[in-house]
Parts: sequence; C-alpha cells; structure tokens
Amino acid sequence: MHIVVCIKQVPDSAQIRVHPVTNTIMRQGVPAIVNPYDLYSLEEALRLKDRFGGRVTVLCMGPPMAEAALRKCLAYGADEAVLVTDRAFAGSDTLATSYALASAIRQIQKDMAVDLVFAGKQTIDGDTAQVGPGIAKRLDMGLLTYVSKIETLDLQAREITVHRRAEGGVQVLKTKTPCLITMLEGVNEMRFATMPNMFRAARYPLKLLDKDAAGIEDVAKIGLKGSPTIVSKVFAPQPKAKRADMIETESGEPRDIAITLLTKLFTQHPKLEKEIDKQAA
Amino acid sequence: MQERFDAIVVGAGPSGNAAAYTLAKAGLKVLQLERGEYPGSKNVQGAILYSDALERMIPEFREDAPLERHIIEQRMWVLDDNSHMAAHYRSDEFNRQPYNRYTIIRAQFDKWFAGKVQEAGALLICETTVSDLLMDRNRVIGVRTDREGGDIYADVVILADGVNSLLAKKAGFHAELNPKDVALAVKEIHFMPVETIESRFNVSGDEGVVIEMAGKITQGMMGTGFLYTNKESITVGVGCMLSDFKKAKVSPYTLLDEMKQHPSIKPLLAGGEMKEYTAHLIPEGGFDAMPQIYGNGWMIVGDSGMFVNAVHREGSNLAMTTGRIAAETIIALKEKGQDTSAKNLAAYRKALDETFVMKDLKKYRRMPNVFHANPQFFNDYPELVSRAARTMLTVDGVDKKAKERQIRRDFSGRRSLLGLMGDAFKMWRAFE
Ligand SMILES: Cc1cc2nc3c(=O)[nH]c(=O)nc-3n(C[C@H](O)[C@H](O)[C@@H](O)COP(=O)(O)OP(=O)(O)OC[C@H]3O[C@@H](n4cnc5c(N)ncnc54)[C@H](O)[C@@H]3O)c2cc1C
Ligand SMILES: Cc1cc2nc3c(=O)[nH]c(=O)nc-3n(C[C@H](O)[C@H](O)[C@H](O)COP(=O)(O)OP(=O)(O)OC[C@H]3O[C@@H](n4cnc5c(N)ncnc54)[C@H](O)[C@@H]3O)c2cc1C
Repeated sequence: MHIVVCIKQVPDSAQIRVHPVTNTIMRQGVPAIVNPYDLYSLEEALRLKDRFGGRVTVLCMGPPMAEAALRKCLAYGADEAVLVTDRAFAGSDTLATSYALASAIRQIQKDMAVDLVFAGKQTIDGDTAQVGPGIAKRLDMGLLTYVSKIETLDLQAREITVHRRAEGGVQVLKTKTPCLITMLEGVNEMRFATMPNMFRAARYPLKLLDKDAAGIEDVAKIGLKGSPTIVSKVFAPQPKAKRADMIETESGEPRDIAITLLTKLFTQHPKLEKEIDKQAA
Repeated sequence: MQERFDAIVVGAGPSGNAAAYTLAKAGLKVLQLERGEYPGSKNVQGAILYSDALERMIPEFREDAPLERHIIEQRMWVLDDNSHMAAHYRSDEFNRQPYNRYTIIRAQFDKWFAGKVQEAGALLICETTVSDLLMDRNRVIGVRTDREGGDIYADVVILADGVNSLLAKKAGFHAELNPKDVALAVKEIHFMPVETIESRFNVSGDEGVVIEMAGKITQGMMGTGFLYTNKESITVGVGCMLSDFKKAKVSPYTLLDEMKQHPSIKPLLAGGEMKEYTAHLIPEGGFDAMPQIYGNGWMIVGDSGMFVNAVHREGSNLAMTTGRIAAETIIALKEKGQDTSAKNLAAYRKALDETFVMKDLKKYRRMPNVFHANPQFFNDYPELVSRAARTMLTVDGVDKKAKERQIRRDFSGRRSLLGLMGDAFKMWRAFE
C-alpha cells in the first residue's frame, strides 16, 4: 500500500501578530510549523500503514525552508518525503498549487502506485480548503472530505468505507481507491516520535523536485502566471466590540451613578455632550 | 537501538554548540540533543557576544552570524531613586574591524551556531529531553531520552545543559543549587524604529551602546541592571541573587517594572513595543561554588559548571571556551587511543586552568561573599554618591568647603570611617 500525504508549511498563527500601527500581518520571525490540519491526515495515514504495512510519502510544495516541516513528518513515521521547490512556483494560488501537486503525485506514482492521497481539511494561513479537492479533480480521483473515521479499507477489492461528517449527521460512504481524503480535525491524535524515527528524519536525504522533475508540462499553469487569484490586500479586521464597561449600580446614590454614566458617555462621544449643551441652552 | 556515538552532547546553547562543533570538525561521531523546539528557542541572554571565544572556532563567523550591533560605547551607571551618576567610555577604536563585542539575540544566534554544528557533521536532534544518564557501575555510558527507543550509548557524555543541570544533580555530580550562588534575571525586548535608536543613543549604522547599572534599582539586593541596543530593539533587564529575591519578597517582574520607571531609563524606552519577556537563572557562585567538572565518561561545560564571570557579565564566552576545551581533550585522547576515564579526562581541568576562564574565576573568587556580606554597595553608596554630586552641582550660595563637610557627614552618618575604609579595602582585595 502506498499513501501520499500533502502537507503545507505555514506560519504558526498562534504567534502571528498584527502591527499595531499599520494593521498589517507581521510574519517576520514567526516560526513555521506543519499545517495543524494536515497532522490529522498524516496520523490517519500512519494508522493505515500500521494496519496494512506499506509506504507513506509526504509531499510538500514550498521554499527550501519547508524541509523542516517534511522532516517533522518523517520523525512521526512517514517513510519518504518529497519537496517540490522551484522559484517558478512562487505566487501560486490554489489552482496552480493543485496543478503542481497533482503533477508531482504522478511522478511519485511512477515509483510505486498510489492507493490513497490525503490532504488537510484546510490550512491556517490561506484557509481556502480548495487544494485537496483540486488535486482529486486533476487526478480524476474520488473525493472524501470531512472524514471522521476510516471504517474499512479493502486493498484487494480497491474499496474504502468512511464516515463523513455532514450537516445533520454522519454519512457512511464507500468508494473506489485510489481516492483523496481530507480528515476532520480532532478525530485522532498525532503520535509521539520515537528516537529511531528522530534519527532517520534528521539523516534522511530529502527528495527535491524542481519544476521539470515534478513533471510540469505547462509552465503557464504554475506560479504567478498560472494563478488567476489576486490577494489584493490582507488586513486584520477591527476588533468588533470593546469590552463592556461595567458600572456598579448596587450601591451608591442614583445621582452619582447617573453622573458616572454620563461622564463615561461624554468622554466617548464629546460631540454628544456639545449637542446636549446646545439644546439645553 | 544499538547505535553508538563517540560523544553525546546534551544541550545546544553556546557551550554545547562549541563542544559539538569542535568534535564534529575533528571527524568524531557526535550526537547533540536539545530539548527545545530548536536551538535557542528557550535560551536567554542579555546578550553580548564576545568575539574571541567564537573566533577561535569559526574565524569567519562575521560573514553570516546574526549579529545586531557592535558596541562602541559602554556606560556605567550608579543610580539612586531619581538620578544616575555615570561613566561613559566611547571610542572610535571600537569602530575598527574586526569588532570585539556585539549585541545578539540568542534565539537567532543559537540557531545559526547549531547550523554550523550540523554542517560540521554532528547529528542534532531537537525536542528531545535527556532524562537520565546511563551508568555502568561508576561510569557514564550513555543517555536515556524521553522518547521510545531512546537509550543511546557513547564513549563520553558532555553535559552542556545549562544552569539548572538536572542531569548532574540526578547523577550526584552536583549538589542542589544554593540560592546564594544563582542570580535570577528578567529581561524584556522593546521594539522601536532604527532611527529612534540611532538618535536616542547617538549611533549610526551598526554601532551600539551598552549600559550597565547598579544601585537602588535592585532595591538593596545584590544585582545589576542592563540595557543594550539591538538593531531594531532595546533589551532591558535586571538580575539579582535568588536568595535576595527570596528574602526581600520582591517579584523579579515588579523589580524590572519599577526599574523601567526610573527617570533615567524611562525616556530610553519610550514609544517602544514590548515583545518578549523572559526570565532565566545565572550561576554566579564563582570559583568556590564550582562542582566537579569531569568523571568517568562525563564532562561538564558552560553554565552547568558555574562558568560565569558575574563581575564582567561574561558567560557565553566561558561556555564556548569550556565546550571547546572539553572537546579538544576528547580529541587528544582519541588520537592517543586512550579511554575517557576520569584519570584521562583530568586533562580537561588542567587545560582550563591555563585559560582566562579559571584565572578570572579565581581572581574574583572573593567577590560573591564580599557582596553578600555588604549590601551597602547596592543601597547606601549609590545614594551617597548621587547626593554628593547633587550637593556639589547645586549652586545655592553655600560655600564649597561647607558642601564638602556636608558630603563627609552624609557618608560617615551611614558608615563609620572604619567601615568606609574597610569597604574600600574589601573591594580592592576582591578585584585584586
Ligand atoms: C492570507 C492569504 C489568503 C489567500 N487567499 C487565497 C485565495 O483566496 N485564493 C487562492 O487561490 N489562493 C489564496 N492564497 C494563496 C494560497 O494560500 C496558496 O496559494 C495555496 O498554495 C494553498 O491554498 P491554501 O493555503 O488555502 O490551502 P488549502 O486549500 O486550505 O489546503 C488544503 C490542503 O491542501 C494541502 N496543501 C495546500 N497547499 C499545499 C502545498 N503548498 N504543499 C502541499 N500540500 C498543500 C494541504 O494538505 C492542506 O491542508 C492566499 C494566501 C494567503 C496567505
Ligand atoms: C539575562 C541574562 C543576561 C546574560 N547576559 C550575558 C551577556 O551579555 N554576555 C554573556 O556572555 N553571557 C551572558 N549571560 C550568560 C549566558 O547566557 C550563559 O552563560 C550561557 O548561555 C551559557 O551557555 P550554556 O550553553 O552553558 O547554557 P544554555 O545557554 O543555558 O544552554 C543549555 C541548553 O541545554 C538545553 N537542555 C537543558 N537540559 C536539557 C536536557 N535534559 N536535555 C536536552 N537539552 C537540555 C537547554 O534547552 C539549552 O538549550 C546572561 C545570562 C542571562 C540569564
């Protein structure tokens, strides 16, 4: 059995801060992590490998620094790691990304036929949840999203049965393999890497694919050129509401309470004070 | 797992990196284990890097090491509640390459250094804590980590695990740290525009300034404050002996907060955005508090061995030097085909005795006790000195002789003449 798991390296959003003045997102110095949603898919793939044996290949498209994310996955127990990296991919949107990844999977397949492809439900930086489905479409595979449980996998019959969380209930779906699965978050817990796997991950010679090695046929379909999406602006929304200001009303003279309230109102809305003054005059 | 290494280095701070780098460079099979997410992720330092110790291993470090500013000006401040008396030394000599001291940010620096260690051929494994030393009778034969299949064997284990060396304690190489031998330091990094730093500190380009502070900011405790300029930020912090914090019941955070309100310090930080708050211990017990630093199959380097010169705020350079010399000791033994028994590893201590590390620690061995026994250095004197300066500088119709008498009275009111002379003598002896 051979499973390919797509993982993306993302900035750790828990540590991203918004610049207080310009309101832009400050990515500088923010540590990069494996997209957390992808770990549910990787763990599920590793569990299948525990049951059926075989190989788990992790696949990532990104800059050279994405190597760290792949090594992390190797430490968890993935067997092979492929990094698709080339300047030509810079600026890819989900259309171009899924094209590149699908193409890379076709190359990986040459080495060993692929039974399942996993992707995360979505990423924590781009958040589109489109790449997985995009790959499935391009590889002409069945698509199972929001999977909460893999019920059975029959490698002989090339059939898989899964539970899929849907609005109003759980669907039990059966389809042919190879297919593409995205796991729901929280359905499993990533294992703790063993020492031998840590060693292997640190020493593993990463497989790097540039655009040619990734089998890209049409360079107009990758990178900025292949990306019709324009992210014109990224900004942090204004905080919706300030914290409510509490005024103590249980004790104290009603008059004092009223004055406190008015003072607070007027400091927030100086215009209001002027207008009331005017009307009173 | 039966994989064996020539040496295992526990920790990827400056001491561990120096040891692992030197060993790997010499072709030994080295495993380095670090519990942090990456080297430097948890490490705290002021931080000033002293070039020499690093240069001996990586002469070309300036090419790609993440350095903030080279220091061209040192300010020494003595503060009372609302004044400071200062000595500034600024020299264009410090602008001549190669620079001698730099401010650095440890999270970045350690990562860079660890990168060099890996390039040299050592195997670095992060997010892995060494929980025990594996022993065969009285000999260390490897380490146990917190991971499944985590026993690993080596000819020698170098403990570079920092000030609170749990491993050394567990194995009985170390006694429990005495609160009077460790300082607790807290620091913050405040970010601000480069132009603000340049105009505020009168520097340009990569020039930087260091301010070392003593006096009432430590509220009578034995300790010092510091303020360093980085590229786009300012580091400010204060450290005092742990025993004093306990006695005074002051929280380190409050101490730093109050220090930042000092009228001499506050304007330097104005408008900055605080991004990082960290606390860390510094082993300041000096020569007399040093543990045994080698034994059968093990060696201790860096903070774990109390290698800090508190008087000059040097630590990382002692860490790197002890790490390098420990490694060189092992390399020499390997070349001669000798084992790593305590008898042979004694060469480590011998070699260290010949370096500035031991010489300086010996020189200042009396320092900790002098300060512990004489809190007036941190409280009374700063105030007296400041009052003397103010008295002399205030022009108010009082004649200078009378002013001098007043100053003398102030001093002898606080300390007897004998006490004053005694203090001067103690200081002289301690620095001698
Ligand atoms: C703030 C922001 C907004 C963006 N908005 C858009 C937009 O509106 N439209 C658009 O087309 N692009 C957008 N992008 C770009 C987009 O993030 C990336 O171009 C695209 O490569 C991945 O899309 P995603 O992160 O949304 O992934 P998703 O589609 O959310 O990812 C789903 C899964 O696909 C797999 N995957 C995704 N990317 C990779 C990869 N590089 N390597 C391996 N596996 C991967 C992972 O398993 C992941 O969990 C945006 C980027 C940012 C930073
Ligand atoms: C606030 C402050 C300011 C300072 N300023 C300066 C200065 O300006 N200049 C200077 O030269 N020195 C300064 N020092 C001192 C300097 O930081 C230390 O002397 C130096 O960091 C010691 O290096 P080390 O490698 O021995 O220990 P550390 O840097 O503490 O490294 C120890 C490493 O071991 C790891 N570790 C610990 N236990 C385990 C375990 N069981 N398993 C795996 N890994 C483990 C830790 O995560 C850590 O990475 C300062 C210290 C402080 C706290």
